[in-house]
Amino acid sequence: MNGSKTLLTSYVSQPGEIKTSSGKTLRTDEMIINMGPQHPSTHGVLRLEIVVDGEIIVDVIPHIGYLHRCFEKHAEHMTNYQQVIPYADRMDYVAAMNMEQGYAVAMERMLKIEVPERVEYIRVIMAELQRIASHLVAVGTFGIDAGAFTPFLYAFHDRERILDLFEMTCGARLLYNYIWVGGLSHDLPPQFIDKAKEFCKYYRPRIKEFNDLLTYNEIFVKRTANVGVLPKDVAINYACSGPMLRASGVNWDLRRDDPYSVYDRFEWEPQVGKGEMGTVGDTWDRHIVRMREIEQSVNIIEQALAGIPEGNVQAAIPKRIRPERGEIYARTEAPRGEIGYYIVSDGSTTPFRVKARSPAFVNLSVLPEISRGAMLADLVLIAAGVDIVLGEVDR
Amino acid sequence: MTAEQVFTSLKAKFGDAVLEAKLDALQPWILVVPERMKEVALFLRDDPAMQFDYLMCLSGMDYNDGKLGVVYHLFSTVHRHKIVLKVQCAKETPHVQSVSAVWGTANWHEREAYDLLGIIFDEHPDLRRILLPDDWGGYPLRKDYRVPEFYNGVKVPY
Amino acid sequence: MGLLDKQFQNGNVLVTSLDTLLNWARLSSLWQMQWGLACCAIEMMATSASNFDIMRFGVIPRATPRQVDVLFVAGTVTLKMASRIKRLYDQMAEPRYVLSMGSCANCGGPYWEHGYHVLKGVDRVIPVDVYVPGCPPRPEALLEGIIKLQEKVRKESLVKKSA
Ligand code: SF4
Repeated sequence: MNGSKTLLTSYVSQPGEIKTSSGKTLRTDEMIINMGPQHPSTHGVLRLEIVVDGEIIVDVIPHIGYLHRCFEKHAEHMTNYQQVIPYADRMDYVAAMNMEQGYAVAMERMLKIEVPERVEYIRVIMAELQRIASHLVAVGTFGIDAGAFTPFLYAFHDRERILDLFEMTCGARLLYNYIWVGGLSHDLPPQFIDKAKEFCKYYRPRIKEFNDLLTYNEIFVKRTANVGVLPKDVAINYACSGPMLRASGVNWDLRRDDPYSVYDRFEWEPQVGKGEMGTVGDTWDRHIVRMREIEQSVNIIEQALAGIPEGNVQAAIPKRIRPERGEIYARTEAPRGEIGYYIVSDGSTTPFRVKARSPAFVNLSVLPEISRGAMLADLVLIAAGVDIVLGEVDR
Repeated sequence: MTAEQVFTSLKAKFGDAVLEAKLDALQPWILVVPERMKEVALFLRDDPAMQFDYLMCLSGMDYNDGKLGVVYHLFSTVHRHKIVLKVQCAKETPHVQSVSAVWGTANWHEREAYDLLGIIFDEHPDLRRILLPDDWGGYPLRKDYRVPEFYNGVKVPY
Repeated sequence: MGLLDKQFQNGNVLVTSLDTLLNWARLSSLWQMQWGLACCAIEMMATSASNFDIMRFGVIPRATPRQVDVLFVAGTVTLKMASRIKRLYDQMAEPRYVLSMGSCANCGGPYWEHGYHVLKGVDRVIPVDVYVPGCPPRPEALLEGIIKLQEKVRKESLVKKSA
């Protein structure tokens, strides 16, 4: 290991030329490799243009936009504000509930509506279930990228149970249109609370099982520790958010630091990277932060299920939404980080402008910074650690 | 720091470059001239009392009255305060100073605003289209945009 | 199959049973291109994971177009992507099939009206064999789509010249 490292550094220190053992000088050149948009480990349709010097990455140029579905244009053309929600769903299709919640929170602040307690509790439950489901996709596919297929099957098996809960609530498995401005599309079905409690009980031990299977696996640790280190100041300068930022040692979670909904009533802790296996802010840290967040989400869900009040979930839904002239930027914590909506109203019944600040778009922009100097094979893991969803990168 | 204090210290430092402020809005904002945006941004980031080190969001705007604009939502992870900056420019000469040297994240956001609204960020290191293909014509988020009938021989409308 | 179809223009016992054998082999191992585009791809992943287990139909994901029989277009095709899809399709070896999954790939889905950058149906660039409706289609619907594709394969003939 050490030997190969010195070899590589001596190679890097003289770019352009190397001396062979027989004393000849060989010219070397940088090479450009194209990865994607069809590539099994780009998590969708990301294209990376990689400049390599041998095996070492000199630069990465991400090309995005292969899934640009014109969210902002659609938002401007809908006939009312509620109709934007299905498109918000489709923006981050792995975490649709969180996208809806972000939009609803922004609109409610703009309209200055108070929503009933029960709605807030249900939203918290749904958002946290969704966070678990989304993190499961992230860590499952992360496993595949590291060459471990089995964890993916475990992750998707558990995710399927969460989707069953969603399906029982609103009939859809992936894109829900459940959280509306001012309320919910309908109340919880009667058996939901028992089923959700059952799920939490079932799921808790599975987290440890998954950690044993993947997180603390020797090979996995070797491949991810010290890879793709993102220092704290770079993370803030690039406005990274979510697990990406927390893994770099910044104790920052919008659920606590820019409070919305009823998160302040529950006991939970934002998880930060500590560099247990390598450096703070490496790819392993990003993984473990996600795994620990799953645990925290289970805590929140259990507390919310225990304290859920009665009430009418549609009481506060406005008949017709016509906000005053004005604008708002509201941000909430999605599984990938800060989802912000900048909504401008011109006093009519449709938005004048909606800009979605999506977390993965911003997190991805730091990819060139953290992958320079890494090995080509590690790039797959670094990109997987960022946990992108292209629908939200491109919108 | 409140928005009012930010406004007074900006006004004191930059004078005419700071045009106006709307302090009674839901989220107070300050309007700055586009040619001096970078200076203002640097000051906001580095001044010890401000330390707006986190650019939450940068949005391009078409105000539909012959003006384009850019809106900056800033936040300080040190002091935990927020401010909104705005710049406006004419649609015919949409030039704004780039702030990508101040906040790394602005790089892609500015490319996006260029791509969708055609706002040109001077001194941007790499101002290319980001979402749409390079040979795309027009700026789709402008209010007067017409969807092309064909793109590379493929029919676009339904 | 040049030799056989010259000698056995009309279906006889040999040709028909050879056809059945070949088709049976083909339909039981429809290798799929491992590639997702959008939301539907997440459902496609769910279909290939533990609960739905797409592999029991012999559908195995491969990463290169040269090794696959069927291309699942799972998700929204944008104009920037359309030419890439065409290129990938061109690289596939015959006989090849395309399964269009979800409303977006079928006809533009929710983006049909204002989606200036969305291709309104993948059949504008490549031919499609099976359409699976839904937004997103449930995994069961995708499985149904595969069964429909298998039916189509079963009725074909590689040995006989098609009209
Ligand atoms: S059909 Fe629906 S679920 Fe499928 S890609 Fe299109 S929007 Fe997403």
